[in-house]
Amino acid sequence: MSLTFWTYLIVGITFALYLGIAIWAKAGSTKDFYVAGGGVHPIVNGMATAADWMSAASFISMAGIISFIGFDGSQYLMGWTGGYVLLALLLAPYLRKFGKFTVPDFIGERYYSQQARIVAVICALFVSFTYVVGQMKGVGVAFSRFLDVSFEMGVVIGVGIVFFYAVLGGMKGITYTQVAQFCVLIFAYMVPAIYISIIMVNNPVPQLGLGGVLQDGTALLDKLDMLSIDLGFHEYTTGNKPRIDLFCVTAALMFGTAGLPHVIVRFFTVPKVADARKSAGWALLFIALLYTTAPAVAAFVRTNLIETVDNKPYATMPAWFSKWETTGLLEWEDKNGDGNIQYYNDKNADYVSTTANPKGWKGNELTIDRDIMVLANPEISNLPAWVIALVVAGGLAAALSTAAGLLLVISTSISHDLLKKWLRPNISEKHELRAARIAIGVAVVIAGYFGYDPPDYVAAIVAFAFGLAASSFFPAIVLGIFDKRMNKEGAIAGMIVGLVFTATYIWYFKFGGGTPDGYWFDISPEGIGTVGMAINAVVSLVISRLTPAPPVEVQDLVENIRVPSGAGNASVH
Amino acid sequence: MENNLKEYWSINLKYLVILLSIWFLVSFGVGIMWADYFNQFRIGGFKVGFWFAQQGSIYVFVVLIFVYIRLMNKLDERFGVSE
Repeated sequence: MSLTFWTYLIVGITFALYLGIAIWAKAGSTKDFYVAGGGVHPIVNGMATAADWMSAASFISMAGIISFIGFDGSQYLMGWTGGYVLLALLLAPYLRKFGKFTVPDFIGERYYSQQARIVAVICALFVSFTYVVGQMKGVGVAFSRFLDVSFEMGVVIGVGIVFFYAVLGGMKGITYTQVAQFCVLIFAYMVPAIYISIIMVNNPVPQLGLGGVLQDGTALLDKLDMLSIDLGFHEYTTGNKPRIDLFCVTAALMFGTAGLPHVIVRFFTVPKVADARKSAGWALLFIALLYTTAPAVAAFVRTNLIETVDNKPYATMPAWFSKWETTGLLEWEDKNGDGNIQYYNDKNADYVSTTANPKGWKGNELTIDRDIMVLANPEISNLPAWVIALVVAGGLAAALSTAAGLLLVISTSISHDLLKKWLRPNISEKHELRAARIAIGVAVVIAGYFGYDPPDYVAAIVAFAFGLAASSFFPAIVLGIFDKRMNKEGAIAGMIVGLVFTATYIWYFKFGGGTPDGYWFDISPEGIGTVGMAINAVVSLVISRLTPAPPVEVQDLVENIRVPSGAGNASVH
Repeated sequence: MENNLKEYWSINLKYLVILLSIWFLVSFGVGIMWADYFNQFRIGGFKVGFWFAQQGSIYVFVVLIFVYIRLMNKLDERFGVSE
């Protein structure tokens, strides 16, 4: 049976499953819509959080990026997992005890200030929109590549599916769909990884296979180090970028993770404080499954690819080579006309003059898109067509689940934080629920439009999402819990200074003409959120000590959220 | 009761300091700042620094959260503040 048949079949079944769950989990109240009724089991919530967290970028692009930068890729592996330790220890249990629906809710009440709430709403909207546009684009790419529909049509189908189950089910529908999506995506990721691990190092556990030994008796990673150096790249297992930058980027991703509204809000859905801790643990366990597999896939596929192409005649390339050439993810240009493929680092001047030129090479001839590392892996490993179809369904599950979680934050920010808590405090629950549905519907369409025609700065502003979350939300929330003396003057000043500092630095180096030579202490825009966060914390602490203490009720509130008992349900005000 | 809660909170803070120190040491320490030093040692086919950066620290993160869950559940019970 053909690949197209399998792809339609598997994608069709998974989509029918998502829609079925959405109809079954229809939301009846604002509480259902915002926090899934507050009765989600911690393991279920852990799975939903994992699906929420792992986007198309984690699923499709991450292993590919790591395979090109080796050790430096650790910033994503540690950065996108380590934040869960912070969430579990510093945020989730206390925010659950606080028992409201959103992050701006917490900021607004803890800092007894409408301005603080508005600042938080704007940050939440900006961060979530940045993110969701990328997901919509991911959906379009996945569809167009495999289903013979156009990119635009792919986005439209994706928008339609998310629209249906997010508008109908709200958080409740999204939660249970995400559980199904997690199962699909993790299965789809693990199957090819296990296969290639067995083929390369004869070990069915990819995490162990990464340290395994190849058929020729050398360890995989040693072989990869050797191949990399032979082709003029830097050694795979040691880094290339300044350690301080690696440190700052890793930290910014960790603190950013712990400050992202669509992640935090998931911990409002469990019944008890103890469950909030537990579900953070389960979430990280489920995420770790994919995140410890990714570096193995990266090393396997890179080794395999180099050995397949390195200075070999183009005529002897396997069938997948020409198939991926037609998609443009793989491009070969015979610069020196010898009919062989030369793949090497032609940016390395030393290597070019000592090795490449004497051999008559005229520049690197092979351009490899990083996404191919995961997408083509099943074909490179000669796996059956249904596995390839599974990878498509997995990529779509990853993109759809993250998009839905983000859209919910956007709609909640509008219907709850802006409408109910600010503009129209007397709105009835029925009307608030309708407003939430309309908001999510509009948000899906806008996100779809941007995904359909993405502004070229989308990739560049992903740094914004993490940097801003780290430099604005994280200190404000943590200090709000751990420093009873923290007041609104301190928190607002800290958020604004942290935000403006980080945004200015990123803007200058991404759009304002700054070049890497100008980086402060070698810190790239991706890592500057760490500095912004530190500045935020210092400003908050200093200003709060110079201004009056917060009111007694607020101090009592802080005392109260530090103790688990009496959390009750997320209150409906 | 008031003093009890103070003690509860200070034990909680002690746990946090210990667990977050481990969190920092495995990732930012062994995985980043001292990775080159640790890379001279090997576990099987892995250099130790590289292993911590791409595998080990993630396993430690998972363990840390489950240890914290256990410690806090016991602490909640001891002070009678569990739900």
